[in-house]
Amino acid sequence: MSTAILPSVTTTTSPFGSASHLQCRECGARYSLGAEYACIECFGPLEVGYEFGTVTREQIESGPLSIWRYSALLPVSTTAALEPNLAPGFTKLVRADNLAQALGITGVLWVKDDSGNPTHSFKDRVVAVAQSAARRLGLSTLSCASTGNLANAVAAAAARGAQRSVVLIPSNLEPGKVVTTAAYGTTLIAVEGNYDDVNRLCGELIGDSVTDDWGFVNVNLRPYYAEGSKTLGYEIAEQLGWRLPQQVVIPIASGALLTKVDKGFREFIDLGLVKKTPYRIFGAQAVGCSPVEQAFRAGHDVVRPVRPDTIAKSLAIGNPADGPYALDVVRRTGGSIGAVTDEEIVEGIRLLAETEGIFAETAGGVTVATLRALVRSGELDPTAETVLLNTGDGLKTLDAVSPHVGPAGTISPSVSAVVNLLGGLA
Amino acid sequence: MSVTVRVPTILRTYTDGQAEVSVAPDVETLSGVLTALEVVAPGIGARVLDDEGKLRRFVNVYVDDDDVRFLDGLDTPTPDGTSVSVIPAVAGG
Repeated sequence: MSTAILPSVTTTTSPFGSASHLQCRECGARYSLGAEYACIECFGPLEVGYEFGTVTREQIESGPLSIWRYSALLPVSTTAALEPNLAPGFTKLVRADNLAQALGITGVLWVKDDSGNPTHSFKDRVVAVAQSAARRLGLSTLSCASTGNLANAVAAAAARGAQRSVVLIPSNLEPGKVVTTAAYGTTLIAVEGNYDDVNRLCGELIGDSVTDDWGFVNVNLRPYYAEGSKTLGYEIAEQLGWRLPQQVVIPIASGALLTKVDKGFREFIDLGLVKKTPYRIFGAQAVGCSPVEQAFRAGHDVVRPVRPDTIAKSLAIGNPADGPYALDVVRRTGGSIGAVTDEEIVEGIRLLAETEGIFAETAGGVTVATLRALVRSGELDPTAETVLLNTGDGLKTLDAVSPHVGPAGTISPSVSAVVNLLGGLA
Repeated sequence: MSVTVRVPTILRTYTDGQAEVSVAPDVETLSGVLTALEVVAPGIGARVLDDEGKLRRFVNVYVDDDDVRFLDGLDTPTPDGTSVSVIPAVAGG
């Protein structure tokens, strides 16, 4: 278990950069860097530990316009940016004055728009780090359990890296996400059941000889993979001019993204890259899959699994691995967690699109609608600066919105017909 | 009666590397299965259960296709021919 696997690629630097070990978040047991993800003592999650050297703003600013500008803070070698990869990250931080006005927010509101990544979701970030780890660990096939966005990202990254990939998805996934995965030439396997069933299957596949050289990015490579989400926190801070926002609203699926944005903020503080200013982290879930929100409202530390039933399939994880840690972060920072209905999710998608020209997938609709709900409930301060995360592109989930929008009318190709139509709309 | 238990990689040091173990519990519940498993794989019980005898926070246990948290936990019935699977919970997302 604790024996490190030798890296398959010779580099002139440490294969995992400043990462020094894996450590159990529950009991603190330490392990060598390897393709391990659960503690042999207590089954707790393993997390990458580091021995950071000096990292300056100038070093980061001189790096590429991608997540690799933060290589020194990730479990990757300094050569990671030079290997075939999708070079995700450094997406736009959009000032959203129109949305703020619509929601009654008087503080500055920003949208961190991660739909601008190569496969149009934040998952490109985590996959890039996992892909680097897979190379170091000699794992030649990239694999994952996915609700869709990760499937896109793994299939595309493997194609760029000339690696084999096997992607497992629930068979009821949105057609758009099936097509946008299969197009990359991956081996796409649709599994009868929901995401949690697929996840379970991947857990059982690990250890079977058929997967000896497989890196499941969100299972046996999860410690490395999850670190990629820190870059969202880093970018927000850097793009705000090297400072932290007062409030952040983040969608919760497994809870890993929320916890890693917080970790990114804390690392920037510890490294002296930003001032230690207070921030509050808020979580967003769909009512049809809100195990973390339910635990938050009930005051529980343990997240009871649920069976998902929501249009926000990218957030439809009924048994969220990082749920307890997301609860810890939200409570520690004085935030809260909201949940919204499918109807509100569609309203959220439309509101963001109509006010800011940003078309979000259902997860983004969850986050916008939750922001609105938290303002109304008084849990989120409308006078403070707030950053909203949009984690994916609306083109992936057209089915959610298509019943609700369409042409104002169908007319003959004549000026008078246009005039008549517009007159009718007035 | 016989119940098959699928063991995750990190616990196979207790099962001589075997991925699946068949046990014949005296009591037809998950608790009975784990007791029988401890007999053939000494030490494995303490990895799956905490000091209070409850399932550890980051262990998922399935009886046939169902997460026992949706069933009766350690009291979930495990009749003859049942398949039990133990999996680390920390995955996905």
